[in-house]
Amino acid sequence: MLAQIREITLMNLRNLPSRLGSSSVIVVGIGGVVAVLVGLLSMATGFSSALNSTGQADRALIMREGSTSEMNGAMTAGQRATIRAMEEVAVGSGETYVVAAIEKIGTDVPANVVVRGVEPQSFDIRPEVKLIEGRRFEPGRAEIIVGVKAASQFKGLGVGETLQVRDQAWQVVGHFVAGGSVTESEIWADLANVQSAFRRGGTSNTMRVQLTSAEAALALNDRLREDPRFDLMVRTEREHYAAQSEDRAALINGFGVAVGIIMAIGAVFAALNTMYSAVSSRTVEIATLRALGFSSLPVVVSVMIEALTLALLGGLFGGGLVWLAFDGYTASTLNNASFSQVAFDFAVTGELLQMGLTWALALGLVGGLFPALRAARLPITTALRGE
Amino acid sequence: MSLFGLMWANLFRKRTRTTLTLLSVMVAFLLFMLLRSISDAFEVGPQIAGNDRLIVGAKYSQIDNLPYSQKQQVLAVDGVEAVTHTTWFGGMYQDGKSFFAQFPVMPLEYFDVYSELTLEPADALERFARERGSAVIDIGLVDRFGWQVGDVIPLISQIYTKKEDGSRTFEFEIVGTYSDNGRPSSFPVMLFHYERFRESVSFGGDSVSQWTVRVSEPDRADEIAQEIDALFENSSDPTRTTTEDESNREFARQLGDMGFITTMIMSAVFFTIVLLTGNTMTQALRERIPELAVLKTLGFTDTTVSLLVLGEAVLLCLVGGVIGVGIAFLIGPGLSVSLEGVLGTFEVAPSAAVIGIGFSLLIGLVIGALPAITAKRLAIVDALRRQ
Repeated sequence: MLAQIREITLMNLRNLPSRLGSSSVIVVGIGGVVAVLVGLLSMATGFSSALNSTGQADRALIMREGSTSEMNGAMTAGQRATIRAMEEVAVGSGETYVVAAIEKIGTDVPANVVVRGVEPQSFDIRPEVKLIEGRRFEPGRAEIIVGVKAASQFKGLGVGETLQVRDQAWQVVGHFVAGGSVTESEIWADLANVQSAFRRGGTSNTMRVQLTSAEAALALNDRLREDPRFDLMVRTEREHYAAQSEDRAALINGFGVAVGIIMAIGAVFAALNTMYSAVSSRTVEIATLRALGFSSLPVVVSVMIEALTLALLGGLFGGGLVWLAFDGYTASTLNNASFSQVAFDFAVTGELLQMGLTWALALGLVGGLFPALRAARLPITTALRGE
Repeated sequence: MSLFGLMWANLFRKRTRTTLTLLSVMVAFLLFMLLRSISDAFEVGPQIAGNDRLIVGAKYSQIDNLPYSQKQQVLAVDGVEAVTHTTWFGGMYQDGKSFFAQFPVMPLEYFDVYSELTLEPADALERFARERGSAVIDIGLVDRFGWQVGDVIPLISQIYTKKEDGSRTFEFEIVGTYSDNGRPSSFPVMLFHYERFRESVSFGGDSVSQWTVRVSEPDRADEIAQEIDALFENSSDPTRTTTEDESNREFARQLGDMGFITTMIMSAVFFTIVLLTGNTMTQALRERIPELAVLKTLGFTDTTVSLLVLGEAVLLCLVGGVIGVGIAFLIGPGLSVSLEGVLGTFEVAPSAAVIGIGFSLLIGLVIGALPAITAKRLAIVDALRRQ
């Protein structure tokens, strides 16, 4: 039996090239499904990973009780000093988070970009922030540094250029990277400058702290919430950014799967079509085999293997195409929590490719099954006559 | 038998093949319709009945507030008929998972400017204007939270604190719901009384996030917009004025490049469809070459025979396209309910149907062209011999 299966399968596969046109329908059809599915999911993955890579478990945001956004809250310098002195805090930095409207490259309408006012300690808390061009701003001067993703998405943010924000003209003195995180979509300036440009007095929105350990987050949270002088809570960076990415990533994922399913239905019809015609063009051949004493199982198996082979090729083709075209492609979207643009790279991961191939094989299975059964059921006598 | 009848009969000589091809064409166009509608929802934003409204916001940053004192100056601009304003309150309900916006407004002014909105029950506007603790909600929020007239809703503001006790919890009694012709808006909002806001907050009581201006002559909208901006250009609160339409579009564009994503998916889908259906048509033609020769022998002209083949391809695509478009309209209303929270307005648009059916015709012509040319050039003697 196994020998029969092998013989018929090999024969089928060997004459595949003669059915190149119709076979390519399966490859391209399934390839298209896999490409779209993997493409959309890689977007969701990229978005999550940009946000999640921003977060560390032993770094935390001290923000207004119940708040979900860094934009809210007003902490005085005195409050910040008190918190800095707490035993759970290794380093602390007051930060003010505002958005500025700047024209995006390729458009003439403004979009929102985050401007983060920071104290010098912010650089110690985030060692991943590294200048790749120029230098850091000097405290007290109207200077800013720009994340590489912000610089590539918005107009007028090259080193040496000047950004006008209300009555202040800020000079761009450097570009920085931050390990691919959302911080790369931000503009950083001296806290005092942002406070004065956005009329915040001496208050900062939040404080960013390096904790002595990840466990210290809970202790610090309890301490602040019990203290009547504060209306504050502690959220680790990891919690904060994960919460921001959840909804959007789930939305893109859901969209990707929905589109994938609809396309998959179309592709199954295409695969069925191709396999039915592959079977019908070989009616005489299959009947001859059956007449020679081959049983119907090998015929079924051989048709299935042909379908699966083509589907696998399609999956590889689609996945490969997306990987070549989109892995690392930078797109941007609105971060609902801050009304600002977050740039992220599409991430075509091994996991997604594997999932794409699984889909491809599942489609091949469905597309091959019914034609295979028809092949097996062909009445030998009429089939031999070539009807 | 008419030419059309002949086409129809030819299509169904291989029932399985035609049905499967038809189904995959149908699925492709169903997908086209849904994607097109989603991308419309993103690109165009909600359709505005009139274009007589301008939105005035802070120039440098969307999170900046404008002072209430600008109102009289805006009203004094020639061509400005009415002005109303909204302020971002940033309230959260319960755990804040299901976000919606709340604005303090002047009740009569607001519903005068947004005249397309109707309130229920009949005394809603009168009560809203009179009772300071009251609020009216978009019917979209009724669907989402199940709130009813008479319910008291506690919200925690992320920004404002109460003058009396420093707490951030504000309570609102719902006195009515509003909608535009019974449809929930793309951005459901709770409106409450501005006087209540002004009296109860400890700071920022005169803050306005944006002015909505109704102009008497929509043709002069751009001119009036420039005039308003010129008023405040050199003040400490410069503004940026756009038409309401433009403002919606700008916001939608910030969500990300939906157009790009949709185009990529559509290209993948249509490429597959062209290949698949093209293959089917070529196959169908190859099988029928002797028949076509017989038709020519019987006196059908070259052109008629080639039209017959072309017509078959167009018919197949058109029927598939029309069914796909039809299904999109059937399932559209169901989808719009589940997508409303995410996308705002989702509507399967008649304009998309026109484009979709146009595309199905075009694809039919492209696919049918090659077989049609082959059929036209067919020499009777050669073709008859091919049996």
